[in-house]
Amino acid sequence: MPQTVVGKRFGIEQTEVSAIQRLQRAKTARLLEDQEKKNPIKRVKNVELSVPIAYGTISFWLGKKADDLHSHKWTVYIRSATNEDLGPIISKVVFQLHPSFNNPTRVVESAPFELSESGWGEFEISMTVFFQKDAAEKTLELFHHLKLYHEDDNAPQSTKKPVVVESYDELVFQEPTEAFYSRVKNLPAVHVNGSPGELNVSSGALEISNERKRGDTKDHQLGQWFGKYSETDELTSIMGARQQVQKEIAKLKSMLDSEAMKLKPSAP
Amino acid sequence: MDAKDILGLPKGGPVGDKRVRAPKETVPKKLDRVSREVYALTGGLPPLIASVDTKQRQASSQKISWQWLPFANSARTDGLQLSHWVRVVDSVVPTGDYAFAKYNRSVAVLKYTDDEYNKHLADTKWTKHETDLLFSMCEQFDLRFVIIADRFSPPRTVEELKDRYYSASKAIILSRATTPEEVADHPHVKDAYNFNYETERKRALGLLLSQSRQQEREDAEVLAEAKRITEARLSKVDEQAEQPSAPGTDLTQPSTDIAAAATSTTTTTRGHRVFLRGPNLGQMVQSMLSSVGARIVKRIEQILLDELGVRLEPKIPTESICREHLELRREVLNLVNLQKAVQWNEATVSFMRETHPEVSTPNTPKRGFRGGDRAAAVSGERIGKRDHKRKAPARFSDTPPSPPQQKRARKLKSES
Repeated sequence: MPQTVVGKRFGIEQTEVSAIQRLQRAKTARLLEDQEKKNPIKRVKNVELSVPIAYGTISFWLGKKADDLHSHKWTVYIRSATNEDLGPIISKVVFQLHPSFNNPTRVVESAPFELSESGWGEFEISMTVFFQKDAAEKTLELFHHLKLYHEDDNAPQSTKKPVVVESYDELVFQEPTEAFYSRVKNLPAVHVNGSPGELNVSSGALEISNERKRGDTKDHQLGQWFGKYSETDELTSIMGARQQVQKEIAKLKSMLDSEAMKLKPSAP
Repeated sequence: MDAKDILGLPKGGPVGDKRVRAPKETVPKKLDRVSREVYALTGGLPPLIASVDTKQRQASSQKISWQWLPFANSARTDGLQLSHWVRVVDSVVPTGDYAFAKYNRSVAVLKYTDDEYNKHLADTKWTKHETDLLFSMCEQFDLRFVIIADRFSPPRTVEELKDRYYSASKAIILSRATTPEEVADHPHVKDAYNFNYETERKRALGLLLSQSRQQEREDAEVLAEAKRITEARLSKVDEQAEQPSAPGTDLTQPSTDIAAAATSTTTTTRGHRVFLRGPNLGQMVQSMLSSVGARIVKRIEQILLDELGVRLEPKIPTESICREHLELRREVLNLVNLQKAVQWNEATVSFMRETHPEVSTPNTPKRGFRGGDRAAAVSGERIGKRDHKRKAPARFSDTPPSPPQQKRARKLKSES
């Protein structure tokens, strides 16, 4: 096995040789990358794109059709909080299921980014979100625990009422690339510099032809179970809390000042 | 206990007496001499857990004796008859081969005929005599090439011997096999001996092991630098951070790369990233509270939850909500600190009030403070008296302790 001996002298260890080989490979890789795009990637400063999303699971009990291994039918999804199309932003989502599933790594390469399965157990699903190429960003990972059964055991299962667990969050792109920014800044799913004040969920009265491939989730089958998110309630409660705290602070400050006066020893 | 023994004093209590008698050096008759020394090992006292109960052992049903008997060893070829002690159970002598005979393993060294030699094994550097000698030594010494090399008649290196042996064996195997596939798994065929590689490897290893300390240090440094460079490179490829001004000109110079890598790792590339707002808020809260103690963090959370009715993590993390939440946390931290300060002050005030009725009020007559030091010394002494019972604030103990107090302190120390 001929060794490419690199370096000052023979006594170089295997690790160092391979480290230097990796160095050279990384260098050439970067070189190619540079030559492909413009060098360097131009980004838009002081701009933040936020994409409000909702993600979670909806699970239906299969009732009479249930058997030991398939008692529930569930769907895990990532959708825009206003049900817009996330395709222009997300290139694919890789759902990692429990290893007991066949092919537990499921890749969804087009919107709507969701996956339906049937099973019997609850487990943690990890969703790795890959962004479109021109965003030039690393992947993002989300975790969600699949719930099949209701909170209180006593509630009887019904095939009509699913167990819905959905969370709201926002994908925030700081200093996006110029290409990405110019492409998505006008999309309804995207908000520039700050989250939308009111998350207006518009209904699906669109002029789309009968092609099934719609990226948005406006007329989704499970749409009735999607959560509606409004920030006003939480915002007002937090702001109210802040005012309370500020009042308390002012009170304490005045107390302190008066105490300080008391403690000053008078001059002899 | 020994002292009491020597003095002949009673050991104390009827129970104590009994216990003392048993572990004395005189031992019950049943145990033989050996266990007396063993007893001494354990400190003269019986062990906490009885290990072997001699009564029980002797009560076993079998009759065991030991006999000096001759035995047969299948590993021997010379027919030497040796004897050893054998454990005989109920007059039944155990049978079977000598227990260690199974470890007499040897390597299966191939034997070739002259014909095979002439056909496949002819070599310029090796005579038939040498090859025969090599193979017989391999069998004799179980393929211990170092020993073989020591005794080989025209001296040859270990690598040469190995090379000859393995290549010859491989040639023989291949020639004897009907098809190449059936022996493809044979280790001699699969992992052939590579003479050049082995010599090189041994030489490099020798160099490495014989390096001086200085050389070792240099090597470690170079390795560390290489590691840093690769990591910097990989992270650059991932993040595509601001790139150094000369893109892609240097493919060769490691030194300039090291400099570039150093600068890129030190500059913070906080410029661009993508994250989820919810977890990001959590991180920001943590970094804000990193210098704060755990108890205060708990107090903040308690205030948020109980008194203000605000969730610890907002349900809908929008930009304004996250911002407000962070500010709220900051303010609650401020509040907690202020509360502490107020408590502290109140404690000080109340303490002052108790010890110094004249000091706390602002209308103190000046006379009370004339001869300031003396008065302070007196008050210091008085405070000192009660000091050890209260947590007095530091303010009042920064007057130097009066001499009588010092003397008293020293006196107290000597007593204990």
